[in-house]
Amino acid sequence: MSDMTEQQPSFLTRLRDSDLWWSFIHSPGAIIASVLTVMIVAGALFAGLVAPHDPFDLATVDLFDALLPPAWEAEGNSSYLLGTDDQGRDVFSTILYGSRISLIVGFASVALAAVIGITVGLIAGYSGGILDSFLMRVADIQLSFPAILIALLIDGVARGILPREAHDEVAVYVLVVAIGLSFWVQYARTVRSSVMVERNKEYVQAGQVIGLPNWIILIRHILPNVLGPVLVIATIQLALAIITEATLSFLGVGVPPTSPSLGTLIRIGNDYLFSGEWWITIFPGVALVVLVLSVNILGDWLRDALNPKLR
Amino acid sequence: MTKALLDIRDLIVEFPSRHGGVVAARQVNLSVAAGEILGVVGESGAGKSTIGNAVMNLLERPGRIGGGEIYLKGEKISNLPDHEMRKIRGKRIGMIFQDPLTSLNPLETVADQLIGTIRTHLDLSADEARARAISLLDQVGIPDPAVRVDHYPHQFSGGMRQRVVIALALCAEPEVILADEPTTALDVSIQAQILELLKDLVRQRGVGMILITHDMGVIAEVADRVAVMYRGEVVETGPTAKILGDPDHAYTRSLISAVPRPDIRLHRFPMVESIERAGERRELDLSTHWLGKARDFDTRGGGGATGPLLAVKDLEMVFRSGGFLGSKASSLRAVDRVSFDIRDGECFGIVGESGSGKSTIARLVTGIYKAAGGSISFNGTDLTKLKNRKELNKHRRQMQMIFQDPFSSVNARMKVRDIIAEPIRFHKLSGSESETRRIVDDLLDHVGLGARAAVKYPHEFSGGQRQRISIARALATRPRFLICDEPTSALDVSIQAQILNLLKDLQEELGLTMMFISHDLPVIRQMCDRVGVMSKGRMVEIAETENLFVAPKDDYSKHLISLMPSYSGLSEREVGQAEAS
Repeated sequence: MSDMTEQQPSFLTRLRDSDLWWSFIHSPGAIIASVLTVMIVAGALFAGLVAPHDPFDLATVDLFDALLPPAWEAEGNSSYLLGTDDQGRDVFSTILYGSRISLIVGFASVALAAVIGITVGLIAGYSGGILDSFLMRVADIQLSFPAILIALLIDGVARGILPREAHDEVAVYVLVVAIGLSFWVQYARTVRSSVMVERNKEYVQAGQVIGLPNWIILIRHILPNVLGPVLVIATIQLALAIITEATLSFLGVGVPPTSPSLGTLIRIGNDYLFSGEWWITIFPGVALVVLVLSVNILGDWLRDALNPKLR
Repeated sequence: MTKALLDIRDLIVEFPSRHGGVVAARQVNLSVAAGEILGVVGESGAGKSTIGNAVMNLLERPGRIGGGEIYLKGEKISNLPDHEMRKIRGKRIGMIFQDPLTSLNPLETVADQLIGTIRTHLDLSADEARARAISLLDQVGIPDPAVRVDHYPHQFSGGMRQRVVIALALCAEPEVILADEPTTALDVSIQAQILELLKDLVRQRGVGMILITHDMGVIAEVADRVAVMYRGEVVETGPTAKILGDPDHAYTRSLISAVPRPDIRLHRFPMVESIERAGERRELDLSTHWLGKARDFDTRGGGGATGPLLAVKDLEMVFRSGGFLGSKASSLRAVDRVSFDIRDGECFGIVGESGSGKSTIARLVTGIYKAAGGSISFNGTDLTKLKNRKELNKHRRQMQMIFQDPFSSVNARMKVRDIIAEPIRFHKLSGSESETRRIVDDLLDHVGLGARAAVKYPHEFSGGQRQRISIARALATRPRFLICDEPTSALDVSIQAQILNLLKDLQEELGLTMMFISHDLPVIRQMCDRVGVMSKGRMVEIAETENLFVAPKDDYSKHLISLMPSYSGLSEREVGQAEAS
């Protein structure tokens, strides 16, 4: 073979030549979405450097600055670009800090849900029989409750057993657990059905003939072959998790108002929407929509790009 | 020469893509006359079907005709607009596809589909169309057509369904029929009947037929003239007897010599090395080579006892399905009290039609399935009684399996090196990682892939090369018993010949014992010393290979042998020359 003598290409050249990259640079939606996502994530990560104010530092917040409109309005103050909320916090800075919480909750809960779901799916799909039936009935029962209801339930239980002071500190973790536990079913079902297909393929049987124990076959052979759909679900669920967090915060069971997330901010602003202070709720709302939409578009693009039939 | 009905001149078909595109057909010239069957033969990817699709203007996007013309009775039909083409498709050119199951609509009765097609093309009333549908079914040999016409496709058997598809192609009295692998999906016995039917129809109606196939036997049976395709080019055209008996082109010769001969047993397949370049294999000395080192085949219990290596006794396997929450449980007896022995060093074949339980036996012996009853003794130890995993693995390691589908039998997410190294690492067969690498490179070299293959992923290889990876993986445990489950049925005939040659060489070099499962009798004849014939889960006959082919005893074996294609490759002289060269 002639190409035997070729140098093994480096990672970057392989990336440049890959079909994924080609599909990426040929879909404007994916490019715009990824630019926006990177901007929001970077803004959240480096909020301390980017944001003009620290909305969580009560010393810098002045109640006299409360409810100022955006800078370009007649009564606006140039140091508060997008205006201030009822506490006098800078809306722009709060969005940056708030999306930090939203993103942490989003990523962490998706990771938790994926770990639980993939594990359950692998076990159910590979073992089959009674264990499979049992796990999938549990998933069905879980699926018959809306995700928000389960999240509310877990949050309620956490409030019940934890003292009031502790609650604020662990609020983020409670949210992650609540959202993670209500989202794992999707992963479990997808992984299970993929595993049931892969299980009967000959490379799995080849592993059995070699004498490999089941857990090695599952992790080394089956898992990498079922991860494709999981990655796609994860991007869609990330958006869903952020929305759920916003909903829960909006309902008042999420993070405490002293460290507002995007959802909290929207809820606070909602009270002032009809009295003319529209900026408190509109700007965080726009940020949330842009973030969710971008991640969703990226997820859609990834799903199509990874499907060889659609290439 | 009679005037050509369909004439393809200098046809070029290209599939542009981001990597510059593929030319699927270059400068193809073909013509077919009335009452003639033109066979187009070639291996997968040679561009056979592309030509059929180009004639019908059904090229899949982004494929397009890049040059040349197609004439139907002197009238140019290439690159016609779609609405003009629709009048030709079905009406003047009929088409028969490979799979009769998917080319009929399962939700409509045969009558609906036939009448619909007839009335689209011919100006007939509903009653006249129905009468015509019934007469067409009669002509294609469907018994009781007046009743059968109102049945649904699933009520017909595979062969009958293909007859319906043929009737459908005949609906509008086409002048040319394109048949794309019309018998590939059918069992051998039905294949012969369908070919006979096609032959008669062409003669009686004076239509021209282009028969696309990969099967030399089919060509020998029906074609008047043959065109051999290789990588998008027609390398040779001529009368069937000339092409099959005394071909001019080197590719045609190697293609023909790669067809397993049903009539005599050859030591190896001659002249197949040129088709897919495989690296040279080196002789190896077992006394110094890794594959021969520490084979730890425990000399059998009594020392020098000569019992069989594998003894299977009253093996049973039942598949159950359903039974949870309301659905009714059903069971299928896949293997029914099967007994056989395999001696040390021999190649034992298992032959039978699909669903006869051949593969189930392989999976029972290797422990992928658990037997419902009976015993499997390997080297004197009953494996069904062994509970200890460690103990079992010691025996399992000596038994490896090569699978049918080269695309799913290797994990696509692992590099070739890791695929082959896995059994070595798991069974701790080498002292260090660098030794493992050396062994893997050596194994790859030995199966004809070259050591550079180690750093690639499986998708960079063709089907035949992947099968070599699979063989290298099986050898990596230093086995003494190799189970081959239809190892070549997914491969082209020339690649099949190479893989079979490789397996034979390895068996001789390493002294392997083999269990070789196939539905293909000529392949069995080339490979095996003894054969067991399976039918509906039972082993109906076990005989020496030559005895089975010359004088089968069981009725089912007789039936099976009688269905073998009669085509027997090049003449003796040709083979003699080839082997001498």
